[in-house]
Amino acid sequence: MHFVPYLHEQFLSAWPASVVVLLVALIGAGIMLAWVALVALVAVWAERKVSAHMQARLGPIYVGGFHGWLQTVADGLKLFLKEDIIPAMADKWLYIQAPVLVFGGAFLAYAAIPFGPKLVVSDLNIGVFYILAMSAIVAVGIIMAGWASHNKWSLYGGMRTAAQFLSYEIPSALHLMPVIMYAGTLNLGEIVRSQETGLFGWAGIFGWYLFRNPFLFLSFICYYISSLAETNRTPFDLPETESELVAGYHTEYTGIRFAFFFMAEYANMFVAAALSTLLFCGGWNGVLSRNIQYLPDPVVFLLKCSAFIFLTMWLRWTLPRFRIDQLMALCWKFLIPLGLLNIVGSALWMYIFEQV
Amino acid sequence: MDEWLSSLVFWTLAAVIVGSALITAFARTLVYAGFALLFTFLGVMGLYLYLAADFLGIAQLVIYVGGILVLLLFGVMFTQGGGLMKQPGRGAIQIPSAVMAVGMAFVVLLHVVLYTPWPVMAVERAAEPTTRTIGTLLLTKYLLPFEVASVLLLMALVGAVVLARREAKEQK
Repeated sequence: MHFVPYLHEQFLSAWPASVVVLLVALIGAGIMLAWVALVALVAVWAERKVSAHMQARLGPIYVGGFHGWLQTVADGLKLFLKEDIIPAMADKWLYIQAPVLVFGGAFLAYAAIPFGPKLVVSDLNIGVFYILAMSAIVAVGIIMAGWASHNKWSLYGGMRTAAQFLSYEIPSALHLMPVIMYAGTLNLGEIVRSQETGLFGWAGIFGWYLFRNPFLFLSFICYYISSLAETNRTPFDLPETESELVAGYHTEYTGIRFAFFFMAEYANMFVAAALSTLLFCGGWNGVLSRNIQYLPDPVVFLLKCSAFIFLTMWLRWTLPRFRIDQLMALCWKFLIPLGLLNIVGSALWMYIFEQV
Repeated sequence: MDEWLSSLVFWTLAAVIVGSALITAFARTLVYAGFALLFTFLGVMGLYLYLAADFLGIAQLVIYVGGILVLLLFGVMFTQGGGLMKQPGRGAIQIPSAVMAVGMAFVVLLHVVLYTPWPVMAVERAAEPTTRTIGTLLLTKYLLPFEVASVLLLMALVGAVVLARREAKEQK
């Protein structure tokens, strides 16, 4: 929060520093909460339209006039008004806490995502690590929901989440390592800044870590696959398979509690897209050099994020679901060895070609 | 104002840690104990962050919540009867042995607290990243302990696989 000292000196010099820090943190959290809600609204509508058009239908078309853009708002209102049912056999305390943990964990990650060179709530030195860590809270919340519902489908969903999360945490961290080795920092803003110029000082798209060396390209593909698994998206949505587990860990949830799970899923999707953008695809650096970039930085960043979110949706409506043993085999037999290979390969490449 | 606020933060974190640890120790069902442990870990993470050890705090969350706690809950769900298992009753042997174990751990901890030279850092330097220092120390001064620990973990991993494989064969 580098604007805190400035704000303190210019406007609020009568107040103690700690109060100003708290105030800025609270305002930032409020803005991010509104942003998460907006992302969920737009992404749910987009998913319904994308899925509809991929299946040669129209999707929501009436509510709000233009292509049913108000449909999610109407659905949200409906969920607010629905009866909140807590099953008689459920563990009431844990049942109520679970959606809070799931949404809270997804929301906390937003504190460290930079939307532009200075547009970040908290400019953390360890931003990448922080965002990876927050998904741990989401996993515990999902297990909690699965157990507290007292329903065999929910329990199976929860256990699958535990297995899937424990396994895929490793490759997603391993495949980020080459980028961190190149950048020499865990600060997301610094990582983006280090992508302004690449090999031979070429700017623009050649600076993106994706195109720096073949190992990084492989890392990007593997990271994207494991981020799909970590956000429980198809083809890895084993925790909530409709055909086997009804709705997995949130089978018993209704009304606004269900809405929180739903919002958390789309919030996580945006975080995964933002990480792919910031770490591999140059963040807010455009395709051309920064000197001739006319779009504002946040717009470039959000365009790239939207492209990744669209890709995620596209995959969901294209690929069939993995079986649980195939999921585990993919993680332990392919992604993790490839991750180790990429780290060694990138280190050698840096040593031989870039004389680091 | 600042001092008042920092002591408020410390005591809140301490209350969260001690309170949830008590729930973990005395909960009747295993699952409650596991979920209460989440808040203990989060509180300890808060303490690390409060002491400006940002990397250590987040590592605490990744390893203890993301790894150990998830594995623990996984194990509890797989045990017979799930988390509804009752704790064993308190007999004549349990109490003296528990007092002995806890007493010995307490003495060791007290010794560490009293006789360790705790390095104090100026507040102005607290905002500096700690990752560089930790990384340099791990690859220079503490390289041998680091490698020994990794070999130990690898041995545990291989041992676990060997044990699990033998059980699977016997079942056939």
